[in-house]
Amino acid sequence: MTAPTAQRPPAGASATEGTTARSRRGAALAQRLVVVRELGILAALVLLIGVTLIANPRFLSGQNVRDLMLSAAVLVVLAAGQTMVIITRNVDLSVGSVLGLSAYATGTLLVAHPGTPVVVALLAGTAVGALCGLVTGAVVAVAKVPSLVVTLGMLYAIRGLDSLWASSSDRLQINASDLPAGFKSFGGARLLGVPVLFLLAIVVVALVGVHLRSYRSGRELYGIGSAPEAARLSGIPVGRRVLTAFVVNGALAGLAGVLYAARFQTLDTTAGTGLELNVVAAAVVGGVAIAGGTGSAWGAALGALLLTTIGTALPQLGLNPFWRDAAVGALILAAIALDRTLTLRLAARLRGRNLRGS
Amino acid sequence: MANGMPTTEPGSVVLALENVSKSFGAIAALRGARLELRAGEAHALVGENGAGKSTLVKILAGVHGPDSGRVLLDGRPVTLDSPAAARAAGIAVIYQEPTLFPDLSVAENIFMGRQPLTGGRRIDRKELAARCQALFERLGVRMDPERPARGLSIADQQMVEIAKALSFDARVLVMDEPTAALSGVEVERLFTVARALRASGAAVLFISHRFDEVFGLCDRITVMRDGQWVSTDATVDLTVEQVVRRMVGRDVAELFPKQDVTAGDVVLEVRGLTRRGVFTDVSFDVRAGEIVALAGLVGAGRSEVMRAVFGVDRYDAGTVQVEGKRLKGGSPAAAMAAGMALVPEDRRQQGLVMELSVERNATLTRRWELSRLGWLSARRERDAAAEWSTKLQVKAGRMSDPVSTLSGGNQQKVVLAKWLSTRPTVLVVDEPTRGIDVGTKAEVHRLLSQLAADGLAVVMVSSELPEVLGMADRVLVMHEGRLAADIPRARADESSVMLAATGQTARPAQVAS
Repeated sequence: MTAPTAQRPPAGASATEGTTARSRRGAALAQRLVVVRELGILAALVLLIGVTLIANPRFLSGQNVRDLMLSAAVLVVLAAGQTMVIITRNVDLSVGSVLGLSAYATGTLLVAHPGTPVVVALLAGTAVGALCGLVTGAVVAVAKVPSLVVTLGMLYAIRGLDSLWASSSDRLQINASDLPAGFKSFGGARLLGVPVLFLLAIVVVALVGVHLRSYRSGRELYGIGSAPEAARLSGIPVGRRVLTAFVVNGALAGLAGVLYAARFQTLDTTAGTGLELNVVAAAVVGGVAIAGGTGSAWGAALGALLLTTIGTALPQLGLNPFWRDAAVGALILAAIALDRTLTLRLAARLRGRNLRGS
Repeated sequence: MANGMPTTEPGSVVLALENVSKSFGAIAALRGARLELRAGEAHALVGENGAGKSTLVKILAGVHGPDSGRVLLDGRPVTLDSPAAARAAGIAVIYQEPTLFPDLSVAENIFMGRQPLTGGRRIDRKELAARCQALFERLGVRMDPERPARGLSIADQQMVEIAKALSFDARVLVMDEPTAALSGVEVERLFTVARALRASGAAVLFISHRFDEVFGLCDRITVMRDGQWVSTDATVDLTVEQVVRRMVGRDVAELFPKQDVTAGDVVLEVRGLTRRGVFTDVSFDVRAGEIVALAGLVGAGRSEVMRAVFGVDRYDAGTVQVEGKRLKGGSPAAAMAAGMALVPEDRRQQGLVMELSVERNATLTRRWELSRLGWLSARRERDAAAEWSTKLQVKAGRMSDPVSTLSGGNQQKVVLAKWLSTRPTVLVVDEPTRGIDVGTKAEVHRLLSQLAADGLAVVMVSSELPEVLGMADRVLVMHEGRLAADIPRARADESSVMLAATGQTARPAQVAS
């Protein structure tokens, strides 16, 4: 049966003079809520930094800020990629393992060919990640298996592959002393005082953000996550778009692997273990709804920045770092509650503005 | 019944379906259907529920591919293998239920995939809003292009769909029951748009159960029945009665052997049941030994009423009594405790756990009663299941086989077994024979009839008129959320039921001819 589930519009709700003006306000309200959502995270970040500054005035010293940026860079890149996937009402839990594999692969490449330019290392890691994303995306998009299960399987499979490779090649760990000097200096390089790794992360977020906001294929990702059936009926190539989202996310996880290698310079097969949940947490805190259809790369990046800052700020506040997990958990719950409230409010206010023509 | 009679509209044929067939599993939805749309005409497609109209629409929309037959565009065969292909061919479809993206703005919904671009292939948001605004002005709609689609009323969502169809200058506009949720003013506005499109040379295919609209808007009418083409005629040559007769024109097969039973006491009493926006002031009684059919068109609210009676959905006003005791609303547990059982419409999703065994499914409703201290022994389960499957003649390889391996008819019997084993006094069955082959259908009917003869009160929601007429002691007909008629067996026939279902009860005298 296909009876209308929504209520009939009230009879005689014909146009009044004020309708257009009120509808404008409805649209403005909707836009403001999106902005408010991202400003909210920014405010939380500022508040956290402010409170920490009171406890430790040197918290914002140049070196501290640079450390913070370096720590955040990997998570920010991962969060930008994850945003694309979550917006399509999917999730990728394999990114931690992809990062680990890419980091180890890049490390092996650099040990074997110390003369490899940094750009080639970056491209190689990205390619490894893209390949992983292609496999995952193909299973999700073509075989139509829920991404939660597929990527959970990939999480273990890729980690296993990583360990197998490391043990068979007799190099369980790659140390800083094994890596070429050029790559190590890339890890600490700065441009105008800002760590290059962080600048790279910002470029990634900007690219993903602009794509999602201003390109047809980006908007189609929102459509797919917002109403999958409607997306199919309106001729969006759903399978191809979802596959692309997974490939891009995989590639970014691969890129993050190289950044990870450049930052820590000590690699074993556990690199990136458990990172996937941090990434999802960052995206959710940043306003990317797990049900798909809403959120932005900028929000997710802010979420990643906030989570990283909590990790460094808590010890400064004299709190046991174990509190970090509890704080992150509380933040996720608060973010979900906030999003739900905002959505309900928006829906309620918009519902009062159904418009009839003249 | 003339095929392709020359009409006053001298348009050329834009789109034609020839001898199109489509089956879903064992069910033939379309059997050699045909349709012909001319430029500059509004063409109505009418038929009973299940006549194949929606399948035909989905073939035009590129959602389903036909198993056989041809689709011709301007006389040349085309393959509509995806919604994108249909759209590229200039076919726009407005579905019964709007298909919008709630999180995106109205303008983006309309222009998804076709947004105006700037030089760098980026979306030009200003131009996007301006084009949307221009469309709304053409339609006479006042809506902000920037607002999200979330929270729009069904009518406004429908308007967005129409704007979408309008935006890509469709040559063929298909509207699948677009007026079901619209008020009078909105319907008039929709028709203004449809007429303007027709005047500009587009073909409009209009599917509706409202005959006043069909006759008011359309130039020609095609009637379908049981997945087949029946007739295509100019509207001026037809009357409502003729169309109704062609829609239902079947012999009531001798398949439905309802035994005559003297009805007992009132078992189920429903008074003034209302769920806002879904159904209004529904009252009826069902007596022991009686089969009462609830008939009506898709969307009339039949299943919704029974779901509310059983407590699956809440209701805003009214009462439900079983054997004189008032039921708590919104509680299926209370309904079951009072002796009511509901066999839902969609047995795959709501009635059975497809992966579990036959016996598990059959005893699902009694797992507490059958268990001792929470322990459910396999033997007790098997015995209980065997009792009812023997009575209902379920044909399964082994009782431990998953239900998914059974045929549709046998699955339905397992669902029945599951509920009958709770020994109900009122049995509600929603579309008891949908998707079941003819032979098993008769078995299900025999079973229902026998159950009624044993004193069970049966309420049957059914879209199949022969089934309704063959089985029911009384037919309650719903029309747009209200009970339109209560017709006893003696006076129930296709015409009286169909006319009531389409809101034409005012003219029963003309039916007899």
